[in-house]
Amino acid sequence: MFSSLFKSSPHGAMGMTTNQVMRMVCYATIPGFLAQIYFFGWGSLIQLVLCIVVALVSEAIILSLREKPIRRTLGDGSALLTGLLLALSIPPLAPWWISVIGVAFAIIIVKQLYGGLGFNLFNPAMAGYVVLLISFPVAMTNWQPIQPLLMHSMSLTDAVFVIFSGFSTEGYSTSQLKMFIDGTTMATPLDQFNTSLAQQLTASEILDFDIYGEYGGMGSQWVNLGYLLGGLWLLRMGVIRWHIPVAMISTILVLAFLASLASPDKTYPAVHHLFTGATMLGAFFIATDPVSASTTPKGRLLFGALIGALVFIIRQWGGYPDGVAFAVLLANMCVPLIDHYTQPTVYGHKGMKK
Amino acid sequence: MQSELSLLEQIKQDKIWEFPGGIHPPEQKSLSNQTAINDLPSCQRYYVPIKQHIGSTDDILVNVGDDVLGNQALTDANLAMTVPVHAPVAGKVVAIEPHVSAHASAKPELTIVIERSDNQKTISAQPIKKWASEDRLTLATQIKKMGLSGMGGAGFPTHIKVNSAKPIDVLILNGVECEPYITSDDVLMREFAHDIITGGQILQHVLQSKICVIAIEDNKPEAIESIKKACEGIEGFKVKVVPTKYPSGGEKQLIQLLTGEQVPSGSIPADLGIVMQNVGTAYAVKEAIIDGLPLTKRVVTITGDRVSASQNVWALLGTPVSELLLHAGFNPEKDQRVIMGGPMMGFAVLDAAMPVIKTTNCILAPSAYKLPEQGVEQACIRCGLCADACPAELLPQQLQWFSKAKDHEKLEDYNLFDCIECGACAYVCPSQIPLVQYYRTSKAEIREAQQEKIKSDKAKVRFEQRQERLEREKEARLAKHKASAEKRAQALQKDTSAKDKIAAALARAKAKKAAKAEESNASVPATVEEDAAAARKAKVAEAIARAKAKKASSQESSQSTDAAPEAETLAKEKPTSENKEQPESQSSEQATPSADELRKQKIAAAIAKAKAKKAKSD
Amino acid sequence: MQIILYALLALVILAVIFGAVLGYASVRFKVEADPLVDQLNDLLPQTQCGQCGYPGCKPYAEAIANGDEINKCPPGGEATIKNIADLMGVDAKPLDAAHGEEDVKKVAYIREDECIGCTKCIQACPVDAIVGASKVMHTVIVDECTGCDLCVEPCPVDCIDMVPVQQPTSHWKWKEPLIPIKNLS
Repeated sequence: MFSSLFKSSPHGAMGMTTNQVMRMVCYATIPGFLAQIYFFGWGSLIQLVLCIVVALVSEAIILSLREKPIRRTLGDGSALLTGLLLALSIPPLAPWWISVIGVAFAIIIVKQLYGGLGFNLFNPAMAGYVVLLISFPVAMTNWQPIQPLLMHSMSLTDAVFVIFSGFSTEGYSTSQLKMFIDGTTMATPLDQFNTSLAQQLTASEILDFDIYGEYGGMGSQWVNLGYLLGGLWLLRMGVIRWHIPVAMISTILVLAFLASLASPDKTYPAVHHLFTGATMLGAFFIATDPVSASTTPKGRLLFGALIGALVFIIRQWGGYPDGVAFAVLLANMCVPLIDHYTQPTVYGHKGMKK
Repeated sequence: MQSELSLLEQIKQDKIWEFPGGIHPPEQKSLSNQTAINDLPSCQRYYVPIKQHIGSTDDILVNVGDDVLGNQALTDANLAMTVPVHAPVAGKVVAIEPHVSAHASAKPELTIVIERSDNQKTISAQPIKKWASEDRLTLATQIKKMGLSGMGGAGFPTHIKVNSAKPIDVLILNGVECEPYITSDDVLMREFAHDIITGGQILQHVLQSKICVIAIEDNKPEAIESIKKACEGIEGFKVKVVPTKYPSGGEKQLIQLLTGEQVPSGSIPADLGIVMQNVGTAYAVKEAIIDGLPLTKRVVTITGDRVSASQNVWALLGTPVSELLLHAGFNPEKDQRVIMGGPMMGFAVLDAAMPVIKTTNCILAPSAYKLPEQGVEQACIRCGLCADACPAELLPQQLQWFSKAKDHEKLEDYNLFDCIECGACAYVCPSQIPLVQYYRTSKAEIREAQQEKIKSDKAKVRFEQRQERLEREKEARLAKHKASAEKRAQALQKDTSAKDKIAAALARAKAKKAAKAEESNASVPATVEEDAAAARKAKVAEAIARAKAKKASSQESSQSTDAAPEAETLAKEKPTSENKEQPESQSSEQATPSADELRKQKIAAAIAKAKAKKAKSD
Repeated sequence: MQIILYALLALVILAVIFGAVLGYASVRFKVEADPLVDQLNDLLPQTQCGQCGYPGCKPYAEAIANGDEINKCPPGGEATIKNIADLMGVDAKPLDAAHGEEDVKKVAYIREDECIGCTKCIQACPVDAIVGASKVMHTVIVDECTGCDLCVEPCPVDCIDMVPVQQPTSHWKWKEPLIPIKNLS
């Protein structure tokens, strides 16, 4: 746009570039990711590699069609991050084509067709996730119980085989692999809770199941803790702002607490809400995606609170076990409205009417 | 709006308010504030632009070839918004021509070039020693005559600011100097604290303000110390230390820091009863009043990693930047940038012949390593860091989209013109978008569009007025013709012989037409039988025409304007009707007309034609 | 039967009430808008240059209102086309090159030594921006000149030039410097 020879002030910059921001977000997922591998097996790693490769390839293809600089744009790390986040959300042993469809949809339709980085209305990873969830509900809710509870242990090669052929090296199918040591199967903690409630069990009885830990799902409480750790680091590094995570988490807490006051036997405990499912990943890594989030300080609080409320509502009354993806997408839709009504008062306009 | 008293009370409290946003870039001040202010060795030529302030310019008082004395006024200053410039040295005016200006565009502006002579004489100073007993106007006039304009940045004429029609309660001397690298105000406060405070007292006296606050950022402990010492025992003077944050030295931000008040958009601080002056200006006020010296020199910081001896110097206005760099041991790297002003709001020096002017506070030669240039612009990821950094609480990111889309309406909706161009947004932008440049471009475009709108409105009015005038003139002309035609008609009435003349003329015209037609149709073949019938018919037609002509001419209301077309139609009709019917009749009936007759007929026809034409055109 | 009557009655009453409300609102909150032609005319640059093929800006505004193309105004350029497109609710299109190209702003300048005082340019100027009288030199009032070019053609001695307007630095667009960059090293 401007002559390269000529630059206006300011001369110099803070030094943190978009590429670095994206890279730091990627690094911050490491603790959660390690926990995920520990508890849910090698599948996550394979999904990770698969998703990132698909993300980069589809971004490159679209960029070349749009005649944009490929190397520089791929280098900004945004496609990589989208692939990474989707890989973390997909069940570790989901078949390979699930990841391919999800990531390709996220990059091609949700991101690039809207104009590329900075122009997408929706969070690409979550939009991809929701498309998968609606299109392939069984595969997408087919989370393995955590490794220590499993009947059949899994190796890396097992995981590769399961993802690409549907059967492990020993010939077990995914549903067989889901079996507990005692030969039974169970859904994810959030799913199981709702199912069990329908079977007239009380909350405390349900929470005695093996799949629940002290603060959340048995494994997912550690995974969430990992993401919380990464998120706090991002906050400290100034990559994300506190508004959205704080608003989102506190809204979930408050609503869950109020609900459990009303009917303690039928409510998933407030703290468990925070450490089950995708709460922390959503709060620190997904809702804070700047492109699709609100940009005004007040708007960010509102945006976070809206996601928190929607997550709680969907978990409590909705048909889907977890609601982070839906909540984020619904809140994304409200962003222009939120931004419009939460503009800060400009200097010198106090008490002035527009 | 707060009452005056509470504003004063607010100031008197020891509280410092806050302003939103802001950034903390590396200060880099210790590079240049370790030594005393040096004198710059004199150079050969000084380039004094005639306009170094905001406002207008007046006549140039010198001619090429003139010898000037030091401190001699070079331009006049009769208009309100003019400030004169003075000769920094004694010498000869060698040129008055456009020279690269100290502006970001470097657009060549009219500059007086003075060649220094060996014999340095200055004109005698006219100080006002007893300023305390002088009135406001005298002092303001002296300030204007000595060429003072704001030395902090914008260069607003000082005499206008001190001559405010509004009552002023608070005078703020701005020694914040929040930009990285720059230390010119810092060292000036350290070394000339008493002069600055004296200047402040003079300003206080001129403004009749109740309190004078000197604001200094807390990263200048030495300056705070010396100013505090200088203020001791002076009533109404107060030193306020503000926390280091960029851009706390901005006029609006500093007022917010000191009073908690915001200057309403579109107003000036004087509306709140506040006047702010840079400490450098206060020093210049003291020089102008007590020593009677015009503004011909100022403290300039020369700093950056690419000069070996970073320092502050007293630079004469008009000294080319190259001299300053030379003095400080300039050691350029590849693609060296030199910046006039600070890194946040300064501009690139595109030509080292650019002169130092009244607002030049710093010459910065940074290394690319210490002050990396912004990289290639990437897509905005709406991260909102810019909004967090904006001291005016604008939404820089939204403005950027609108600026790219040239949506002027939206830009004004989002208060683009409240942007102070401090550069905090672009500094923090991870996508390295040159935000300030977008805003500046848009501001210029909007300003231009507004001016064009004014111009086009004016053109519209002028065009419409012209159309009206033309219409009026046309009507007036018509009326005149009508009047003269009537006069003629009346004259005709009186003079009956004239009627006959016209009738005769018409007849002649007809005859001539017929002759002409016959000539042109002579080659048309015709039978004898037809000839006889045609001849008879032609005769009848001729008779009718004659009768008609007579009738027409005898009509009471007949006017030349009416008659002429009729005559014309007759003259025209005739030949066409005769063309077919009596090709040879004329020749058989009438003997071939003599040459003389023919000519007469032709003349008559010409007259008739001319008349008809005139009637038509009217 | 009665129910139907009641229902009809209720509907009629509702219709009357809503009709009254709407009628009142249409009168009370009527938006006074300039006629389209005036609005269009306001957007045009008023150079009266005739490059669009009409004798002035207003006639062209009328033509646009009657469905003519919006891209025939070179002096207004891209910005004007965009504004008209916004007003008319159509897509902006590039300037029709048949009517000329967008150019820098210019004003007429009469080389006064050569002027013979024929007044032909005065008659041609649509905004009366040229002063002078028969047999004496003419000059252009720069502030009033729209740069329409119409005076250049009639001048019998070709003493009128169109010179680019010097823009003040406050109008400088911060896009590129106005002087070549000198190597500082």
